[in-house]
Amino acid sequence: MNNMHAIAMILVAGLVTVFLRSAPFLLWGGEKKTPEFIVWLGNMLPYAIMAMLVVYCLRNTSLTEMSSLIPAAAGVGVTAGIQAWKRNSVYSILAGTIVYMVLIQIM
Amino acid sequence: MYNRRLTMRRAFVASIPVMAGYIVLGIGFGILLNSRGYGLIWAFAMSTIIFAGSLQYVAVDLLAGGASLITTALTSLMVNARHLFYAVAMVDTYKKAGREKPYLIYALTDETYSLVCTIDTDEFPEGVDKMKYCFWLTLMNQSYWVLGSCLGSALGSVLSFDFAGIDFAMTALFVAVFVEQWISSKNHACAITGIVVSLICLALFGPDNFLIPTMILITTALVVEQKLGVFGREGADE
Repeated sequence: MNNMHAIAMILVAGLVTVFLRSAPFLLWGGEKKTPEFIVWLGNMLPYAIMAMLVVYCLRNTSLTEMSSLIPAAAGVGVTAGIQAWKRNSVYSILAGTIVYMVLIQIM
Repeated sequence: MYNRRLTMRRAFVASIPVMAGYIVLGIGFGILLNSRGYGLIWAFAMSTIIFAGSLQYVAVDLLAGGASLITTALTSLMVNARHLFYAVAMVDTYKKAGREKPYLIYALTDETYSLVCTIDTDEFPEGVDKMKYCFWLTLMNQSYWVLGSCLGSALGSVLSFDFAGIDFAMTALFVAVFVEQWISSKNHACAITGIVVSLICLALFGPDNFLIPTMILITTALVVEQKLGVFGREGADE
């Protein structure tokens, strides 16, 4: 494959991504007031989106294979527990990730 | 008065969890891309221009396989459709952004979104400007990603540390944000809707195809719940 085609592919992927990120701003982000529905959705979505992202990250975890399930469950549990306890995301993410890495490498 | 040092320091502290994840995932991307014959300059260009982690991993295969531009466009649309959701959620917040706005939109990744979606400005000390803070945070995050990609491409074969599982840092970031949002809001209907709908769609559509139906159903469910008065008059953020 030639380099021109590779460059074109990167530009296409970039353009599609920019389009997805900017479309709502082009529709509703102008000088005039944001439609009430979009403001409302913007207030509600973060809570639901974060749940969706957690599920998205864990989508390939197997419920039957212990070597996949246990590290994921322990990692999520430790992260959530420390976050609820310390309210500091650096601690919780670090601890959860270390637990996950150790378990995934020994199991 | 806007204090740049203070704003940047604040943004840097918030970006630390993303730094760990992006540098490591970036290294993984650089190594992978390099193994398919595309070196440093390609890693740099892709991480600067595309700046979307999961799509870039997929794009390595597209590049190696010489996929058509149509295939590339459709794949990008599918893999990154969730970004539409983040943009809808940020339209009103970013309305107040000045000349940084195009960049804030251009570089709105999952991780940056998770850090900017529920900023509590009451916690900011005097001198920290919310939009400048978002700008620095976004820029730092992209720097980590570009740096990681280039490192992976340049040093890939030299690094011998076993990074297996470190990508969990991104999962942990979302879990931490989710828990923090849960604790700081009284009404959990939105969060529960997100979990239930995502799990149902995952079961129905499988891991590769569940995001788009999930996004449509979450929006629908929230509208229905609002009509039913589940959130009360004030909404979940009160």
